[in-house]
Amino acid sequence: MANKVADSISREEYFYGHKACAGCGGSLAVRAALKVLGPNAVSVLPAGCMSAVGFNFPQLCFSNNSIISTFAGTASMLTGVEAGLRARGYKDFTAVGFAGDGGTADIGIQALSGAIDRNDNIIYICYDNEAYMNTGIQKSGLTPFGAKTTTTPAGANIHGNIRPKKNMFEIAAAHDIPYAATASVGYIYDFIQKVQKASQIQGTKYIHVIAPCPTGWGVAPDATVDIAKEVVDCGLWYLAEYENGTFRLNHKPKEFTDVSAYLKKQGRFRHLTDDDIQIITASRDKKWEFINKNFEL
Amino acid sequence: MSKKFLSGNEAFAEGIRLARPQVISAYPITPQTIVVERLSEMVEDGSLSAEYVHVESEHSALSCAIGASAAGARAFTATSSQGLLYMAECLYYAAGGRFPIVMMNADRSTALPWNIYGDQRDSLSQLDSGWIQSYAENAQEALDLALMSYKIAEDKRVQTPYMANLDGFVLTHTYETVDIPARGQADKFLPPYETDNRIDFDSPKNMAFSAGPDTNCIFKYKEHKGLLAAAEVITETEKEFAEIFGRKYTGLTENYRTEDAEYIIVTLGSIAGLCRETADKLRENGVKAGVVRIRYMRPFPNKEIADVLRNVKAYAVLEKDISFGNEGTVFTNVNSALKKAGVDVKGYNFIGGLGGRNISGADIGNIYTSIANGTESVNFIGIGGGDNGK
Amino acid sequence: MRPYIREKKDFSFSEVPENTSFEAGYLTTVNSGWRSIRPVISAAKCVGCEQCYLYCPDGVISIKDGKAVIDYDFCKGCGICAKICKIKAIEMEAERK
Repeated sequence: MANKVADSISREEYFYGHKACAGCGGSLAVRAALKVLGPNAVSVLPAGCMSAVGFNFPQLCFSNNSIISTFAGTASMLTGVEAGLRARGYKDFTAVGFAGDGGTADIGIQALSGAIDRNDNIIYICYDNEAYMNTGIQKSGLTPFGAKTTTTPAGANIHGNIRPKKNMFEIAAAHDIPYAATASVGYIYDFIQKVQKASQIQGTKYIHVIAPCPTGWGVAPDATVDIAKEVVDCGLWYLAEYENGTFRLNHKPKEFTDVSAYLKKQGRFRHLTDDDIQIITASRDKKWEFINKNFEL
Repeated sequence: MSKKFLSGNEAFAEGIRLARPQVISAYPITPQTIVVERLSEMVEDGSLSAEYVHVESEHSALSCAIGASAAGARAFTATSSQGLLYMAECLYYAAGGRFPIVMMNADRSTALPWNIYGDQRDSLSQLDSGWIQSYAENAQEALDLALMSYKIAEDKRVQTPYMANLDGFVLTHTYETVDIPARGQADKFLPPYETDNRIDFDSPKNMAFSAGPDTNCIFKYKEHKGLLAAAEVITETEKEFAEIFGRKYTGLTENYRTEDAEYIIVTLGSIAGLCRETADKLRENGVKAGVVRIRYMRPFPNKEIADVLRNVKAYAVLEKDISFGNEGTVFTNVNSALKKAGVDVKGYNFIGGLGGRNISGADIGNIYTSIANGTESVNFIGIGGGDNGK
Repeated sequence: MRPYIREKKDFSFSEVPENTSFEAGYLTTVNSGWRSIRPVISAAKCVGCEQCYLYCPDGVISIKDGKAVIDYDFCKGCGICAKICKIKAIEMEAERK
């Protein structure tokens, strides 16, 4: 029984033997993307989960050329790698970055914005697990409203994180980037196809992939893919692309699954009251009003 | 060889053109900006073939240069003051990764209070970052160091990034006539960059990795040895430079009338010229004055300093720096060199020129007088006002 | 090909590289000790759809002769494969110590 998607990507494993937690969504995103990009991918990873689990001399888990950047420097190092290889006459390679939500939306956003502004020929993939997981689950700019983290405790007075997620996809698009996309490891075929597409486009490409962290989200290791699918199905995340000045929705759920069910499965949301969930649902509906109005289908 | 009337910044840019960097990451900051402006013009007019990257910060400037170096390319960037401090994380990163990037730093005061003029607190605060650090005195030396820097940094024994410091405004913006080496000779002197410390599609690498307690110390020791090895390579490089271009340099330090000197000022950068003039005048009056100019703060000239100060009656360290709560950093380094060598002579520290404050010939004359008569251990020049800080 | 276990694990002073650059895909330790449960594939049931292969975060599943097989040296026992398998050809069993 042939699987066309599996056949369309490399059979090699480029991210192997790493020490990520069992069921790590980030490692799935990195693995899948590198199988798309193949042996001539040069990956740049900032300080963070994927570098911490993959680069401990002498245990080195990337079989393609890979390098750790400073936390803030994913995009700027990508720029340098790309420019350096080009200056040395190389043409057939892909400079790809894998940074987490903190590395992308917080400390790395300036360098990322600079790279998009220059339209450097790189792919930047943000694996979003919605908190600083490597340091032990602290709030980032992409931690969703209501989530309990170790710096947004859920108490009687404050119910976890009081701010919504930044929209990095639209921030990237606002640069008029050649290609931006959202994805989820719960829809791996869609993600793979987007990485394939990005690899064919000249200029800066940004892909924002939801990659659950079982440890930080408070779900079982085997729940990663299911919960990454459910976040799309309940409408709290969406699969979309931005290209040639146009937003396109790739997947429109016929009707949303229950937001409350999605939240209550996760330790980080278990404290939420009905009122909190009402706020989250209302904000989802408002976002979808915008999507339905502004995104092509 | 041709002659041009150039500022320190422009002379340095000319040297960089001859060194043929393949990637230049550029971000403006006074008083360095002219360097990246000139380089952009050279790229535009085709006289320099390089990828010129307009980065959005100094942190990215060096991060980009590290990426380019990891790709096996010769990389250049330039900065100053706040910019140097903003990229500080990347300084250690470049050194630890053994990426032989060259960066010009226009020495400038650091805020607060804000000040764009020259002192050396910016670069001296980064002595521990693992970079070679040179301090030029004039535009010709700046140009020559720009060309020599890559040869030193890229040497297999060294593999260490190189920070070429030029005093802000006093050197970066002051014009003089400089000799510009011929391109063919420069190419002969500095061959293209070759390294194994790079991305390699035939034999892929994992780079800039973590190393735990079992091996971390070994990596750091090798980094230290690499920087120490620069001393020997600097000497060799200057010898070869002199053979090709006819200009001689004197390694980590430059001594002036030190052979019989009883009183020596140890200093660095562009103020050395005025120190020499002052020493000459004092010698006319029978004072045996001399000057040691430190050309390289890293690797530090421990032996040279100890040798030259061994027989003096007293020495002064004149520096545009203060390590708050202690003394000038150069003074600390000089004293350590003497202590290690068992040299016990009286030494005094003079902190001057902060935030671009002028140091006059009279100030320097006073330093020689003070150390002959004995003074406080750490002295500030030019605090001003009638009470002079009291 | 995938990175594989090397015999050389300890590095003397002279063997430690001069810079932070080393052979890609160099593994010295396995991950099998992490498991409390292990996926067991029923070759009879497996149809080789490769769903488990695509979704495995550790890349330990490959297809041989049309059937999924697992590299137990590096499987952490997360159980994603068992959940993703629509025909229930993978069972999670207690790890035998």
